[in-house]
Amino acid sequence: MAVTAPVVGRPRRIAAVTPENLRRRYRRDRIMIGLLVLATAVVLIPLLIIVWYVVANGIGAVLTSDFFTQDLGSPARALQGRPTGLGHTILGTLVVDGLALLIAVPIGIGAGIMLSEYPDHPLNPVLRVLNDTLNGMPAILKGLLAFSLIVKPMGTFSGFAGAVALAFVMLPIVARATEGVLRIIPWSIREAGLALGLPRWRVVLNTVLPAARVGVVTGILIAFARAAGEAAPLLFTSFGNNFFSSTPLRYLVGPVDTLPARLYSLAISPYKEWHAMGWGAGVILLLLVIVTFVGTRIVTRQRHATDL
Amino acid sequence: MQRALTAAELVRRPTHPIYRRFGDRVFQVIVVALGLSIIALALLLAEVLFVDGLEPLRRFGFFGFLTGTTWDPVRGIHGTWPFIVGTLITAVASLALSFLPAIGVAIFSAEYAPRWLAGIIDTIVDLLAAVPSVVVGIWGIFVLVPLMQNHVYLPVYFWAFEHAPQLLPILGPPAGYNLVTATIVLALMIVPYTTALARDAIRLVPRSQREAARALGATRWEVMRMAVLPYARGAIVAGAILSFGRAIGETMAVAMLVGNSNNLPFTFFGPAATMPSVIVNEFREAVEDLHLASLMAVGFYLFLISLTVNLIAAWLQRKLAVGGRAL
Repeated sequence: MAVTAPVVGRPRRIAAVTPENLRRRYRRDRIMIGLLVLATAVVLIPLLIIVWYVVANGIGAVLTSDFFTQDLGSPARALQGRPTGLGHTILGTLVVDGLALLIAVPIGIGAGIMLSEYPDHPLNPVLRVLNDTLNGMPAILKGLLAFSLIVKPMGTFSGFAGAVALAFVMLPIVARATEGVLRIIPWSIREAGLALGLPRWRVVLNTVLPAARVGVVTGILIAFARAAGEAAPLLFTSFGNNFFSSTPLRYLVGPVDTLPARLYSLAISPYKEWHAMGWGAGVILLLLVIVTFVGTRIVTRQRHATDL
Repeated sequence: MQRALTAAELVRRPTHPIYRRFGDRVFQVIVVALGLSIIALALLLAEVLFVDGLEPLRRFGFFGFLTGTTWDPVRGIHGTWPFIVGTLITAVASLALSFLPAIGVAIFSAEYAPRWLAGIIDTIVDLLAAVPSVVVGIWGIFVLVPLMQNHVYLPVYFWAFEHAPQLLPILGPPAGYNLVTATIVLALMIVPYTTALARDAIRLVPRSQREAARALGATRWEVMRMAVLPYARGAIVAGAILSFGRAIGETMAVAMLVGNSNNLPFTFFGPAATMPSVIVNEFREAVEDLHLASLMAVGFYLFLISLTVNLIAAWLQRKLAVGGRAL
């Protein structure tokens, strides 16, 4: 009876009748589980600690109305306790990021359509390789490119140059994501449209794109989240500014503050008061990224609920 | 009384030009133009970095600039070797530090964790991948650097001072902002990428592969090690190389924590620099044309290195996509 215990189920129950070899294998199995749990903890805990530190240190600065309504001014303002904030930075971030989206989204979607809807186009392999290459390039190089293309000819740092630099960051992500989702749309949908006598462009714009809208929006949000956190390309394009710009136009043609770039200069400044504001900028930046991220999750979930 | 149109007449009825070939032609031209603009952008990036960085290459030679160990804007001598060394050291060390833990998280989330826990882990990993570099940087400056300084760098330095003075030149002055700090932060930043890519690769391994191994009586870990990991190895390695590319180009957190010294030799605890960090730190202050051009040239070499790494990863991904056994 005791001779043939089946080798299934929980290891502990059969340990008495298992040979040494099998016991060792089970022990190794348990050790590996322990190591895997340990690895997960080692990876996730420090990163969560970072997030927690930023929120804990920055929430104080953020929870003042001055933070959103005042501009930064000179260090003296913060040192003497006069009202100071990052209102101009938040405004500048919205302008630069928004403009970057306006530039990157149409081009990125267009390139995605070319890759997916004209699969026979001879330039597609080149486009795909170069798009991936561009995606893998460090953002700082895209900042150098925007500097050479826009800042140098214009003769001044500007919000427009910053937006172009960020658009360079977003473009390959949008293009890749668009191609990916358009390819999932079954060819039968296109054939149905063509069979009704619709020209190809109407098929793409009125049936394929709407069917893929969730995926395209997700791609755009991911691109936005990535670009919104980039400081390197902005440092030598939109540069930075301690004050609200005098006219709305100056946000495009003059130096503009953005959250990541400002966070950097606040963090390396020698003033304690500015460090606190730097943590505050970190909170806003994290919030921006997290809200965008949650947005992608909500959008994706909706697809499962309704579309398909 | 109006006669009903026959089918043939309906078809022949004149349509608006944009519904005939004209519309399609215009649409295709627009779409291709948008696609071409990305091609142009990628080529322009290479061209601009090369042309704007041509002056130092001409003056010091392509390899002379590459291997020049002196970076002294005041005397007008520029060599990019220190930054290449700094970049490679931090990138390699951070990948080495983060690779196994990242694979561990990926295996745990893809194979071991119950579905609800895997969902939570995946969400956190994806979210952490999006944490901006500057945010990690400010944490590094105000939390990690003081912590490491007081509990690691100074104690180790004093211990070496008393017991092993021959180590001092390798350790260097305990500055707090140094290669070790930069490497730790870099490892934290690339871990989510490696994890996400490895996790996807493991999930793509077919069920039958696992079932076959289990049917042979393999334990869970043996299923993993003998049936799943070999199958996904190519994609995991390609993902690690992509993360390596990330580490090479990672800019802000490193620039804030590496200490920014342009002089070789770099030591463990002494300040150093990487290619992106020197561009960020000096570009805005560069007055001399040669200095500016040299920074562009550093960018050009960074471009070449990133390009190589990305092409290798892409090649591996194609060659050894899930199921590849060649590696």
